[in-house]
Amino acid sequence: MMSGQAGPVTVVLIALLVLWYVGAVFMNAPTQIDRYNRADQTWTTSKLIEDTLAQERPILPAPHQVAQEMYKTIFATKITSKRSLVYHSWVTLSSTLLGFASGTLLGIILAVGIVHVTTLEKSLMPWVISSQTIPILAIAPMIIVVLGAIGIKGVIPKAVISTYLCFFPITISMVKGLRSPQVIQLDLMRTYNASKWQTFWQLRLPSAMPYLFASLKVAIAISLVGAIVGELPTGAQAGLGARLLAGSYYGQTIQIWSALLTAAFVAAIMVVIVGWFERRVLARMGVKA
Amino acid sequence: MTLKEVVNNVAEMPASKNAVVDIKNLSLTFQTADGPVYALSEVDLTIDEGDFVSFIGPSGCGKTTLLRVIADLEKATGGDISINGVSPEQARENRAYGYVFQAPALLPWRSIERNVTLPLEIMELSKEERIKRAHDALKLVELNGFEKKFPWQLSGGMQQRASIARALSFDADLLLMDEPFGALDEIVRDHLNEQLLKLWARTNKTVAFVTHSIPEAVYLSSKIVVMSPRPGRIIDVIETDFPKDRTLDIRETPEFLEIAHRVREGLRAGHSNDE
Repeated sequence: MMSGQAGPVTVVLIALLVLWYVGAVFMNAPTQIDRYNRADQTWTTSKLIEDTLAQERPILPAPHQVAQEMYKTIFATKITSKRSLVYHSWVTLSSTLLGFASGTLLGIILAVGIVHVTTLEKSLMPWVISSQTIPILAIAPMIIVVLGAIGIKGVIPKAVISTYLCFFPITISMVKGLRSPQVIQLDLMRTYNASKWQTFWQLRLPSAMPYLFASLKVAIAISLVGAIVGELPTGAQAGLGARLLAGSYYGQTIQIWSALLTAAFVAAIMVVIVGWFERRVLARMGVKA
Repeated sequence: MTLKEVVNNVAEMPASKNAVVDIKNLSLTFQTADGPVYALSEVDLTIDEGDFVSFIGPSGCGKTTLLRVIADLEKATGGDISINGVSPEQARENRAYGYVFQAPALLPWRSIERNVTLPLEIMELSKEERIKRAHDALKLVELNGFEKKFPWQLSGGMQQRASIARALSFDADLLLMDEPFGALDEIVRDHLNEQLLKLWARTNKTVAFVTHSIPEAVYLSSKIVVMSPRPGRIIDVIETDFPKDRTLDIRETPEFLEIAHRVREGLRAGHSNDE
């Protein structure tokens, strides 16, 4: 399966890199020409291209500049250092995982309640949906400030924001999943005089597993977004969000892009890990490979 | 058991016949947006212990609904019904019957063996007992050797046999079957009918069997209940006296054809009513 995908993925990657280089040259050329003019320097096209890809604070840094910065801050810096992206990634990841865990738990509990209790469906479902219509960028600083005021700081407020974002897809798809058993299967359980709990455990929950994993992949990715958003209003202390913010304060575009790409890699790795669990669980449940 | 005892047992059998299902003046009306639908009307029926009763009729005649009322999957809106002398709800709570649906309804994430042990798990039997019973039930439907397979690895006929094994696993005396072989081809169906008859002869269970096939009804039954739609009602009850160990060959005999003819006449009469 991997070998079948490797070709197309490589082609897309190369196309993106080419586009990125072309873009970097064009985006950075005006400031570079400006610089030549002020220094009364003569320049050729090849020198211009070379220089646009090696600026210290380019508008769009070239891929190799970002790669160098990432190598430097991920592998060549001690992970305890405040300059290490591994350190910042871990700060973000810890609240991502905490938020993901509590969001998953909350999402499943809400779904179980909604499926089993009619009044909960009527009273909770509108709130679940309207919770997501509030822009997270507006509510995130409130959560940080309010929790900070009662003495809760650090990882928990960020995890709360992640929870707030990621419980939603889980609730929605678990409600659908827990309702996915066919009428005939529910009738079958009734003929055995199965209790609600037995029906849930033996029929509803296993039926919901494919739905759960689909939503977990979405949830883990937006949980990371929540953690990063949560790091923005904290005054750029630590985390990938803080690196993004610090980078934009000081015009360190290369730093911004490395933090951005690192966040994307972290998200991708987590989605892959969830996918691995999904395959393991579904294979145990006899799903055709 | 001595020969004399066997003879005595056989002689006593008619005397020990009890009504397993007793239905008096039963009716069921569904209230729908388009007005009431009379699914069952004035149904009177007794199913005795050891009977094989077939319900036959065109779609909409209430045969499946009647079976579902017996199983407490639907509630009657009028009349009386008792299963083993208690209400259908109590009978269901006592796990008095095994139900086989039109589709196998196997849980795809469980192996065949674990599908058969599902009711036993719900009834909280010990693990050894569950495995033993699943083994016995799968043997009855000739599916031993397929314990570890998943449902998708089996053909439609084998899946339906597995669902029969599941209904047999907790050894209820009453077996309710709702067109279990309706979706299968003729040859598989004949084979499963033969197996079902052997099973019935061996276990002496009481069977209620819904079908829309006249040969199937006549071949399997000790009693054929002919039904007609709008409102769903019984228009004829035909007793047959083929031996329990009958073979498919009886379908060529004059008695068989005569009963089949009577069933067809009944169905036709019910149908013309409707026109």
